Amino acid sequence: MGGHKLETFLLNSIIPIIFLGLSAGAIYLSGYSAAYVVQEVFTRLGRNLFLVLALIIPIMAGMGLNFGMVLGAMAGQIALIMVVDWAVIGLPGLLLASIMSVPLAIVFGILAGMVLNRAKGSEMVTSFILGFFAKGVYDLTVLFGMGSIIPVDNPELVLSRGFGIRNAVSLIDTRGALDQMIMLNIEMFGQPIQIPLGTYLVIALFGLLIVWFRRTKLGQDMRAVSQSMPVAQAAGINVDRTRLLAIVISTVLGAFGQLIYLQNMGTLSTYNSHDQAAMYAIAALLVGGASVTRATLVNAVVGVLLFHILFFSAPMAGKAMLGKAEIGEYFRVFIAYGVIAAALVLHAWRRRRSESIALKAAAQNLAARQAGESA
Amino acid sequence: MNSIKNMIETAGWPRIIIGLFLLSLFMVAPLVGVKVSTSIHDTIVRFGRNGVMVLAMVPMIRSGCGLNFGLPLGIIGGILGILISVEMELVGMSGFLTALGLGVVFAAFLGWGYGILLNMVKGDEMMIATYVGFSSVAFMCMAWLLMPFKSAAMVLSYGGSGLRTTISMDDFWTDLLSCSLLDMLPDAAASFFSQLDISFLYKILPDGLVAWAVSVVQFIFLEQAMGMILFFGFMCFLVWLFFRTKVGQAMNAVGQNPDFARASGISVDKMRVLSVVLSTVLGAVGIIVYAQSYGFVQLYLAPLYMAFPAVAAVLLGGAAVGRVAIVHVLVGTFLFQGILAMTPSVINSALKGLDISEVLRLIISNGMIIYALTRRTKEVR
Repeated sequence: MGGHKLETFLLNSIIPIIFLGLSAGAIYLSGYSAAYVVQEVFTRLGRNLFLVLALIIPIMAGMGLNFGMVLGAMAGQIALIMVVDWAVIGLPGLLLASIMSVPLAIVFGILAGMVLNRAKGSEMVTSFILGFFAKGVYDLTVLFGMGSIIPVDNPELVLSRGFGIRNAVSLIDTRGALDQMIMLNIEMFGQPIQIPLGTYLVIALFGLLIVWFRRTKLGQDMRAVSQSMPVAQAAGINVDRTRLLAIVISTVLGAFGQLIYLQNMGTLSTYNSHDQAAMYAIAALLVGGASVTRATLVNAVVGVLLFHILFFSAPMAGKAMLGKAEIGEYFRVFIAYGVIAAALVLHAWRRRRSESIALKAAAQNLAARQAGESA
Repeated sequence: MNSIKNMIETAGWPRIIIGLFLLSLFMVAPLVGVKVSTSIHDTIVRFGRNGVMVLAMVPMIRSGCGLNFGLPLGIIGGILGILISVEMELVGMSGFLTALGLGVVFAAFLGWGYGILLNMVKGDEMMIATYVGFSSVAFMCMAWLLMPFKSAAMVLSYGGSGLRTTISMDDFWTDLLSCSLLDMLPDAAASFFSQLDISFLYKILPDGLVAWAVSVVQFIFLEQAMGMILFFGFMCFLVWLFFRTKVGQAMNAVGQNPDFARASGISVDKMRVLSVVLSTVLGAVGIIVYAQSYGFVQLYLAPLYMAFPAVAAVLLGGAAVGRVAIVHVLVGTFLFQGILAMTPSVINSALKGLDISEVLRLIISNGMIIYALTRRTKEVR
């Protein structure tokens, strides 16, 4: 029995184990010092983990990987642009941006949820395309609407033609607002290491909220919906409303996650920052051993660690191995896409297998009953 | 009233809106100083250039594999064919045909593997196709850097290894398919037409009408893109013909009702693989036609998003996730490329300094795909 358990454990964590090997190899090849790697890991954990948390609730509701999380990222960015325009800086600015992003994200989430409710069974591809569609609407709003219809006056923000936001927005005054709130300075490997405890506390708080949420009525409803929509409906759960709420929560968390990401980065790349938000978060979650139907906080933490170690050491590793840093850069893009492709294939294959096993069992059952009747 | 309602329903709201939008662009064009003939020429060139890639959607939709978001795989096959043909320093028709032949072989091979993968994941094809396309593009980015090509036309000048981002086809076969109908006519017929006396027409018809008709006829016979359009038409004809053969009919049956097809002795999995191979091969032919018209081959991340305009075009033409005809390809490509050709020139001259076309492309193409994805489930219910 113990051997069987070990086997299941290994089978379920095959992807994290592979990535452990890949990350270790990349660190070794890159030649980075231990202190540098540790510092990068602490920084990137704070920067990216929250975005990954935003994915967990739609998975719980059986809606798969929410590629539409970029809508939340856009809500966060729009709020941030306004706050920068009003020159509210530092932690108050970040807080104000978070508060302002909530209504925006709720509206975007409701719209996205309504679309996804019309595309049951193909939520992932629809949310994926929805992300591109939203990018178009976001570009239209920010590039043409801001400064003309929506009042934005700060010349540092607005393009010289008088409307539209510049490509890059400096967040120098808000940079690290959350990270610096409680910064733990320690010494490791003879080097000073900074640990952004403030950010970790916020992430832990929301992690606990997700754990608590699972036990609430709504959380239980979501799990029921993910098991079977018709059964949930029959049990008196409003399926569409439950699914809609899952997307709304994910979108709001996506907005917070993007704000945390941006305060760490210190610049907003107005038209690109949100592009990869969902994809890299999804890739990280999957690297942590999550699947399309099951994701835990542990998956999120492990995934961010492994994925981002590989992510920052790949270019140097590529250079050391083949003399070209681009190889490493393309390799990490390939890994991100590849792991998503592999997880989707695995999920589809497992689902088909379990369906055919269930079908076979039913057929056998029927055959046995008929045999019993004829005897 | 009912007949109008029926007409709208058969044409579909998105097509009517986009069609009216395109029509209004053509009507506004002269008012903002854009020459209509140039716009029409641009539209026709883009139509021929992108048509085959849109056609590549047809076999997979027919066999029930959904929208071919994995088009980049076929594009990679085609690019490999082009690169080898250029490496062999083949110029003109021989270079083009070599690229075509090799591209088809590579694409068939890739499509075969891709088809087997898609058979393992029935029901989830579209999302997986997207990410198979994405990851193969990223994988090939590494390959382009490492492949041992030597031709000076393709390799980065510094370092001496690794392929360039953009490779010019100018010295090989740019605009190979460009020729007008007049060029294609036998000399005798051409001289007959050029000596044709139409002065009598002016006597029986209003002058303006005749002048207009003459300019239209001239346009049709002198338009250089007609060669490419004919090539596209020929590819459409081949696909149309294929779906009238026994194998093609079997493929249709698999798409419409897999259980029924299986019961009548058709191997569903084999038909699906064949359709994926066909789609991928058409993708390879598509990028080769594109490259000869555009004059460049773009490597690295350029093929990443190439599936989306093609998917959007066929949906715009009236296809759905489980239903498509050649006419959808033609109408959709024309409407979609027409808007892409018209918006920059018209909107940019009307609203000075606003490049809104990229944004419109994103909204229209992805809006179209969402419309199709949400409509399907409604029909199923």
